[in-house]
Amino acid sequence: MTSYRSGPDDRGLFGRFGGQFVAETLMPLINQLAAEYEKAKSDPAFLEELAYFQRDYIGRASPLYFAERLTEQFGGAKIYLKREDLNHTGAHKINNCIGQILLAKRMGKQRIIAETGAGMHGVATATVAARFGMQCVVYMGTTDIERQQANVFRMKLLGAEVIPVTAGTGTLKDAMNEALRDWVTNVHNTFYLIGTAAGPHPYPAMVRDFQSVIGNEVREQIMQKEGRLPDSLVACIGGGSNAIGLFHPFLDDESVQIVGVEAAGHGIDTGKHAASMAGGAPGVLHGNRTFLLQDADGQITDAHSISAGLDYPGVGPEHAWLHEIKRVEYVPCTDDEALAAFHQCCRLEGIIPALESAHALAEAFKRAAKLPRDHLMVVNLSGRGDKDMQTVMHHYDEQEEHI
Amino acid sequence: MSSVNSRLQTRFAQLKQEDRAALVTFVTAGDPDYATSLAILKGLPDAGADVIELGMPFTDPMADGPAIQLANIRALAAKQNLPKTLQMVREFRETNSSTPLVLMGYYNPIFAYGVERFVSDAKEAGVDGLIVVDLPPEHNDELCDPAQSAGIDFIRLTTPTTDDQRLPVVLNGSSGFVYYVSVAGVTGAGSATLEHVEEAVARLKRHTDLPVCVGFGIRTPEQAAAIARLTEGVVVGSALIDQIAGAKSPEDAVEGVLGLCRQLSAGVRGARG
Repeated sequence: MTSYRSGPDDRGLFGRFGGQFVAETLMPLINQLAAEYEKAKSDPAFLEELAYFQRDYIGRASPLYFAERLTEQFGGAKIYLKREDLNHTGAHKINNCIGQILLAKRMGKQRIIAETGAGMHGVATATVAARFGMQCVVYMGTTDIERQQANVFRMKLLGAEVIPVTAGTGTLKDAMNEALRDWVTNVHNTFYLIGTAAGPHPYPAMVRDFQSVIGNEVREQIMQKEGRLPDSLVACIGGGSNAIGLFHPFLDDESVQIVGVEAAGHGIDTGKHAASMAGGAPGVLHGNRTFLLQDADGQITDAHSISAGLDYPGVGPEHAWLHEIKRVEYVPCTDDEALAAFHQCCRLEGIIPALESAHALAEAFKRAAKLPRDHLMVVNLSGRGDKDMQTVMHHYDEQEEHI
Repeated sequence: MSSVNSRLQTRFAQLKQEDRAALVTFVTAGDPDYATSLAILKGLPDAGADVIELGMPFTDPMADGPAIQLANIRALAAKQNLPKTLQMVREFRETNSSTPLVLMGYYNPIFAYGVERFVSDAKEAGVDGLIVVDLPPEHNDELCDPAQSAGIDFIRLTTPTTDDQRLPVVLNGSSGFVYYVSVAGVTGAGSATLEHVEEAVARLKRHTDLPVCVGFGIRTPEQAAAIARLTEGVVVGSALIDQIAGAKSPEDAVEGVLGLCRQLSAGVRGARG
């Protein structure tokens, strides 16, 4: 059997997706980064330090929690939640940040830049930059700054400089453009800490590897609890780092059905969504070839999602490939479906999920009801919802006005 | 592999005989609208532009500074797209058959148009070369190889971070000329010192016989003249585009760009005198 886990090739390609589509200024640096990462990956000292910070700083392993009340509610599949929301800083983002900052330290970089959408990656980056005594600059769209003020304040508390980006729609895509501009300007001393499994090679593979701790833990935990592998995995997809982290260790287990959930916003047919696989086409942006939201002229169109973390017009290249070869099934989920699931999770389990993770929950609930009771389903609860209070409150204010 | 008597080769050979550097001008196609942009394009050769770079607008110009970002936004708002940009080139060629014209931009609009169709339509329209910012030599098979097979030059950007080990990789497959980006940064950013440029050009010359054109941060006739003493070409973009941004009318935009172009040209022509 050919493995689904051997990618990317030495040009950074997963099938026809991925690659290194960047300006020449950056090429020497990303080649150097790829080489350094290759070395670090097999360096016991690096791996030991990474394991130390995962355990004592992030608080890993995160629990695999049996959601008994949700399971009862839907009367079908046995639902487990992988509790990435319990990590330090409240989401899976820190798994990747710890890995990359250790690499930055190894490469002698003193200045860290990052892009952020919901602010979770920005907070996680500011956190590790504080811990390792590095200067930190975070680019964030003005639209996102408005809807995620608590996270903006958290970043500032942690000593990061948050630079508002007004270009475009002021969301994640625009923040990433601006971070890339900073990087070409300050390439000599700056490490770009990309927050998702996208961008030029080696980022998609590197971020996936740092996030794969999620899936590797799930494998062990479910074996302990159930004595066998899960039957299905469900995770939400923006760039797709939490999903690839859960999925990757299971890709070669053909009995495991794998489902990625894209943000369908107001619905795919309204054009106001962030589902680049359901409603986009292959193209090249931000260093990789992948599925993108774009018009017929190849101009990138704006994404929409209630969840700032999914509000991006692209997706990681490994997901694009897994979609094309049909190893993973990708499905859309609307704002309203995600909100309904958000509430069910709050009321039945006493867990406030991130709106991103609520997309995965919505799809899981839909499926669970139709599945037998011995079906084991693992849903990645990628982050906690404290950051989303403002958004959820606004949503209700708007609804009341309509009534 | 460039075609035997390409416009770029002819132009640089001619300028070498005249012992002067080329003035290479950049404007974005369709900025601020199609008609004004075409008038600028048609006026550039008489205003002293020796080589023309024409930007293909893109929503996400990651390597560009504020001036060219805004030019892209204006052009897209005026509904510029790749078919219209190729149409502009055709209209330009109706009255000009000697000035080399290079299209510059990002890969995705070309990829969406279809590489094969683009290469054939660009050649037919009279395009001489391509500069595609986000296609490093690692991806030569995407566009560089098909373009060169069709006789369109593929011009590489080299930068202060392109070291001696990497230079042969970058220059392998380059044709037309080599564009030296003199500062690590986005377009319109601060300028490099003359010492840096002199050293960088000397380094490039050890690796290539192609003409070297230097850009980024060159705004005035004096700066253009200083660079023109050191190398075969001087690229000016953001300063010309600022003339469009600040114009009160389409006529002002045309006169602003062409007026600055004449001054820059005088600077370049007088540089080695």
